[in-house]
Amino acid sequence: MASMRDIKRRKSSIQSTQQITKAMKLVSTVKLQRAKANAEKSDDYFRCMYSTVQSILARTQNLEHRYLKPGEGGKKAVIVITSNRGLAGGYNSNVIKLITRGELANEDLCIYAIGKKGKDALQKQYEIKADYSDAIDEPAYAEAMVICKDVLNAFAEGEISEIYLAYTAFKNTVVHIPTLLKLLPVEVEQSEEESKEPSDKALMNFEPEDEEALELIIPKYITSLIYGGMVEAVASENGARMQAMDSATSNAEEMIDSLTLLYNRARQGSITQELTEIIAGANAIS
Amino acid sequence: MADNNLFSLRIITPDRVFYKGEVSMVEFNTTEGEIGIYKKHVPTTVIIEPGILTITEEDGQKEAALHAGFAEILQDEVVILAEIVEWPEEIDEQRAQAARERAEERLRSKTPETDVLRAETALLRAMARIHVLK
Repeated sequence: MASMRDIKRRKSSIQSTQQITKAMKLVSTVKLQRAKANAEKSDDYFRCMYSTVQSILARTQNLEHRYLKPGEGGKKAVIVITSNRGLAGGYNSNVIKLITRGELANEDLCIYAIGKKGKDALQKQYEIKADYSDAIDEPAYAEAMVICKDVLNAFAEGEISEIYLAYTAFKNTVVHIPTLLKLLPVEVEQSEEESKEPSDKALMNFEPEDEEALELIIPKYITSLIYGGMVEAVASENGARMQAMDSATSNAEEMIDSLTLLYNRARQGSITQELTEIIAGANAIS
Repeated sequence: MADNNLFSLRIITPDRVFYKGEVSMVEFNTTEGEIGIYKKHVPTTVIIEPGILTITEEDGQKEAALHAGFAEILQDEVVILAEIVEWPEEIDEQRAQAARERAEERLRSKTPETDVLRAETALLRAMARIHVLK
């Protein structure tokens, strides 16, 4: 049996770890609240954006536009949103797994990294085209615009043929889904559009003409998806960290309990031993 | 309702709902020129150019600087998806003035590398900001 001193030392070390994980949990809870509020605030914008773009595309299905078909040659690009910091359970590795094990696994990819963890994990295997890790600390729409411009330029120049976005969708505080989304070429969800009644939107006019409108709206659409991805990823990150720290805290609690038991037993053992020795000594004298 | 020439206007930006309310007219600048919208407009989607947004409510007008985005106009509802839009009190006049001078300077000393389109948009934005303040 380990000595009392060893057990005590072990216990106090776990106690201080527990304090840290507890503090981290509180911090990420607060951050989660803020990130969640942000994600909810921007939700309106994306829903409108999405429905508008889908309705334009539904009307103009036979349109030939460079954003609607894959580019020729070139690699596939993935914008990978992860966090800059670790200790968030499986959050980062789940996003990375999407890329290394998913449908794109065997392709030659180039990575646009948002978040240091994703960049570090993927740079051995793939080419890192650009790194926007600072953007994830405090997602701003302006940053998303910059990223969007960069990828669209690369697309226009034929360097990349398709663009994907890998991020963690925030469903609620405990459910986060790693998601791979195709940004370009833009795809139309046909089934839904057919069933909808021809409302006002079917009669929609466009100024300027459809094609020109697409040219202008699609970059905005992609920017908003990137921004939405960043906002949701931040919320998911803090949610994941909160969960990870919560279970770390309760694991520490468990370990402390069993160590306390062990410590008490060892203490009792030593007292018993001392007593036995004293009695044996007294018996020897008399 | 006595006054039924009102329609609902929503101006949404990526991080907030900028404006929501019942209005009688809204004016802004688009790629096709400035437009004003009353109720029962033909359903239209327009792309926004930098300019001044004027909202006419029942009791007075409000102005803001609207820089980018697009608008979806339906018969009794207008939704503006704005990338950048600011109330006058949110505008930094000195910054706008400086941006205007910079853009003008760039346009004047034009070289083949100058991104004329970008400079022009910047100029339009700065002018819209300054105008709204006055």
